[in-house]
Amino acid sequence: MKLGFFLKESMRSMKRNPIPSFAAMASVLVTLLVLGVFIPVVQATTGAANDVRDKVALEVYLKNDATNKQVEHVRQLITDNKDVQSVTYVSKEEAYKRESKRNPEAYELLGSNPLPDSFRITPKDPDDIDAIRNALAPTTPSGARTVVDPAIDEVKNRKEETDKILTATSVVKLAMVLLCGLLIVASALLVSNTIRLSLFSRRREVEVMKLVGATDWFIRWPFVLEAIILGAIGGVLAILMLLVGKIAFVDPLASDFALISAPKTMSLPLLGLLLMIAAVAVSALGSGLSLRRFLKV
Amino acid sequence: MSLYLVDPMAALEQSSRAAAAPRRERPAPHVPVVELRHVTKRYEGGDVGLEDATLTISRGEFVFIVGHSGSGKSTLMRLLMKETDPTDGIMRVAGRDLRDIGRRKVPYYRRNIGMVFQDFKLLPNRTVYDNVAYALQVTGSSRKEIRTKVPDILRLTGLSTKLHNYPDQLSGGEQQRVAIARAFVNHPPLLLADEPTGNLDPETSIGIMQLLYRINRTGSTVIVATHDVAMVDKMRRRVIELQRGRVVRDQAAARYAGGEPNTAELGAVLREHLED
Repeated sequence: MKLGFFLKESMRSMKRNPIPSFAAMASVLVTLLVLGVFIPVVQATTGAANDVRDKVALEVYLKNDATNKQVEHVRQLITDNKDVQSVTYVSKEEAYKRESKRNPEAYELLGSNPLPDSFRITPKDPDDIDAIRNALAPTTPSGARTVVDPAIDEVKNRKEETDKILTATSVVKLAMVLLCGLLIVASALLVSNTIRLSLFSRRREVEVMKLVGATDWFIRWPFVLEAIILGAIGGVLAILMLLVGKIAFVDPLASDFALISAPKTMSLPLLGLLLMIAAVAVSALGSGLSLRRFLKV
Repeated sequence: MSLYLVDPMAALEQSSRAAAAPRRERPAPHVPVVELRHVTKRYEGGDVGLEDATLTISRGEFVFIVGHSGSGKSTLMRLLMKETDPTDGIMRVAGRDLRDIGRRKVPYYRRNIGMVFQDFKLLPNRTVYDNVAYALQVTGSSRKEIRTKVPDILRLTGLSTKLHNYPDQLSGGEQQRVAIARAFVNHPPLLLADEPTGNLDPETSIGIMQLLYRINRTGSTVIVATHDVAMVDKMRRRVIELQRGRVVRDQAAARYAGGEPNTAELGAVLREHLED
């Protein structure tokens, strides 16, 4: 019975104050649109950055005269290392095929196959690559590298590329997290300010209600309900627009751009649900809390 | 009932006269409704609202609070509404010490007090009907109760043709009638009016004062803060005069100006001024 009254009150106030209501709804809508576009972009970017990091690998070149037994021993040595995620054996022939495809003329000139057998190691965490290297080829006090097994010729990690990839991707990730944080703060401020403004224009009304003997919650409920309704309308509209945008623009492009089809982005229903909850919660809390200062009569 | 439509004022007066009759035959026992004991109110910054004010107002009285702007009339009203708390002293309303009313209980306290303001303080987004109904909705009245009480009180205040108008479509006098209807719809034992005629022309003011007086006749205690000299002189009720927050005069059946000076006294006062 009370709920009906409060609902009617909030409907009345929306009808009688269409412009502040619209402003609050529009700010929720715009904020959600921006967040709804930005959150998947951030996820795709960090996902892509992680993909690049996964390409970081360590090469273990074997001596040409290594026996099968020795090779198996080296493989055992590598797989026993706790930082190693996977290891693949690349035979001379495979390496030759791969490299000659990349640079056919050079390899035609060579005639024979100069490439050794090798192991390609993918670390669990790209940052651990140096630890693995040190385990397989520790540095002697004089500064030169030795190897732990006689069958190993050399351990290489393409140091420069690895370093570049690691710093670049971590900068991208950090920047994205910072941007996302800033955007969320800006959104919360925008929505709460709009709500505060629309409440400010009605502070006299609140004062009169208090003087007539209304309790705080009797005054507050219609405002909170109104905020919930406006937040929900803004949220639904934003999600619909995001859906239309996804179907019309993103999906046709997805096959051409790795970034968009990155597998680690949130599914749309989950994103929609999160945005909806955020919209309603921020509006309701914003109006309930902003009202507090006008209730002190 | 048809009588109400012809002249609601007369109808209210008749009914209230009947109710008030036994009270007038034998003088009312002096049950204090409002009691102030050495009440002082100082605002932040040192301004004095009330200074050591002591007064008692009994049930059923009609009292004018008079004084210049800044003499403490509004402070007294705000203290009685518990909008602010006194710096010092004891206030009792209907025997209840106002200090015992916690913040959460203030709304319930206010429901026993009707309040009328100089600037009406109507809710701009509501019709006349809804403005009055709000005072009942606040108390959790049923819809049926609202549907019978609101039209009744609006008939009594002469507003039955304006039910669905919004406040900005009404004249000042009509708006004040709505405010009075809202203040009185709960039949509060105490009605406070802060400069109720301050924004109105003399003729409209008479109508408003009559309305307040009739409410008083139904048994409600009415306290009117005003500087409307003509009105106070005409009504000849109890007058409490404030000056810089102090009670300087408390007189039954009095005029606005203290001591009721006759022509000779007035001449003396004028001569004094001329000599200065």
